[in-house]
Amino acid sequence: MSTLSVQNVTYRYGAKTALDDVSFELEKGRFCALLGPNGAGKSTLFSLLTRLFVTKQGTISVAGHDLAREPRAALAKIGVVFQQQTLDLDMSVVQNLRYFAALQGLSGRAAQRNIDAALDRLSMRERAKEKARSLNGGHRRRMEIARALIHEPEVLLLDEATVGLDTATRQAITQHVHDLADDGLLVFWATHLVDEIQDNDDVVVLHKGRILAHDNARKIARDGTLIDAFMHMTDTTPEPSL
Amino acid sequence: MKPYLVSLWAITLREAMRFVNQRSRFLAALVRPLVWLMVFAAGFRAALGLSIIPPYQTYITYEVYIVPGLCGMIQLFNGMQSSLSLVYDREMGSMRLLLTSPLPRWWLLFSKLMAGVAVSILQVYAFLAIAAMFGITLPVMGYVYVFPTLILSGLMLGALGLLISSTIKQLENFAGVMNFVIFPMFFMSSALYPLWKMAESSPLLRDICALNPFTHAVELIRFAMYEQFNGTALLWVILAFIIFLCGSLVGYDPAAGLRRSRRPNGP
Repeated sequence: MSTLSVQNVTYRYGAKTALDDVSFELEKGRFCALLGPNGAGKSTLFSLLTRLFVTKQGTISVAGHDLAREPRAALAKIGVVFQQQTLDLDMSVVQNLRYFAALQGLSGRAAQRNIDAALDRLSMRERAKEKARSLNGGHRRRMEIARALIHEPEVLLLDEATVGLDTATRQAITQHVHDLADDGLLVFWATHLVDEIQDNDDVVVLHKGRILAHDNARKIARDGTLIDAFMHMTDTTPEPSL
Repeated sequence: MKPYLVSLWAITLREAMRFVNQRSRFLAALVRPLVWLMVFAAGFRAALGLSIIPPYQTYITYEVYIVPGLCGMIQLFNGMQSSLSLVYDREMGSMRLLLTSPLPRWWLLFSKLMAGVAVSILQVYAFLAIAAMFGITLPVMGYVYVFPTLILSGLMLGALGLLISSTIKQLENFAGVMNFVIFPMFFMSSALYPLWKMAESSPLLRDICALNPFTHAVELIRFAMYEQFNGTALLWVILAFIIFLCGSLVGYDPAAGLRRSRRPNGP
């Protein structure tokens, strides 16, 4: 049984088809990049995976739970980091984490244990009482990633999570998320930046709402580079990655 | 049941903290009714003679008359402000965070509503405390009896705010709606003048006022403050709450802020 399964999903905005018969399956312990140029349908797919949008065409299941039929069980297995920053800047680090834990229904000792674990992962125990506003962009992002893991999900979705960060921070966060996949999580990482993908990663190439390829990054690149293969497939000029 | 209460408490606490942290909003919320009470009512006292009407058992001054209306006004403003924060949350992305919680969506929205009500009740009691310092007091039990009515009227006005916010796509549009909702609701109610006084100038206006759910919220509060029960007002408030809430649950589209002009044909 795959950890994340998307079968024949189609979604339209009026006459415009944003996703056209999209199907793929992903396993846990893997880092999978959802690679596509801007407007490919990545955000629409993420909105469907997090049930912000609902479609009747196709099925999505998370850890064996159908998102349409058992939304609560499925959502409990997903951690999300949105492209847009969603921290409450006037609340402290620990208050932000506690608020999120409560939204997941966690309280008391269980919540505290997971919050402590999140703070340790961030090496931020001593800064727990600081306002989120005092953190720099990289720390805020890492905090959002740690927050998304508080309820111990099996799937971590990140939608263009490195937007607006400098190169060093971008690399650190990309590496951090790869480590999480090595620890057994399924990481599904939407991006339009090819350099965030490592050779051994899985890649789903999405373009104009259709899946063009789903394979190991090395296999998609064949003898050349992934960036050339991606350009060739989508017939576009990729954005400068640095 | 526990996860439900945990999330309700967390959402309420967050809303209350946000309110207290926003000093200017906190001050404005207190100053607004006080200005009405100290300035408007003082000036108006001479112009308006009030006869003895229920729930009052004696002649009262105009300041005493408008206290329940001002409590209603606090909740009216707060209901609209909470829904403004919903629009804000939607634009800032924290609404997305809220809606990816595994708890049912209606519960999350209801929790948001209750959080707004809690904040409004804090404001009402702060206002009543200041009014008491100026010598405008209620019967002791009135302070207790008014509490459940404030929950009901707060829910009703919060649900109205929710309904309005579900029809609004961007923050900027909200100011106009505030003017078209708050002022007409407040002025065309029994908050400032009793309905019989209104009838003297225009029976039509009186009828409109009598249909205004805000009138009934104010009367519910007024009667409770004087240790009396107003069943008609209670029914009106509950009915209006159900209608507003159903309307907002049907109309509430969490994706509205994400899509801008695009519209899906999905279910």
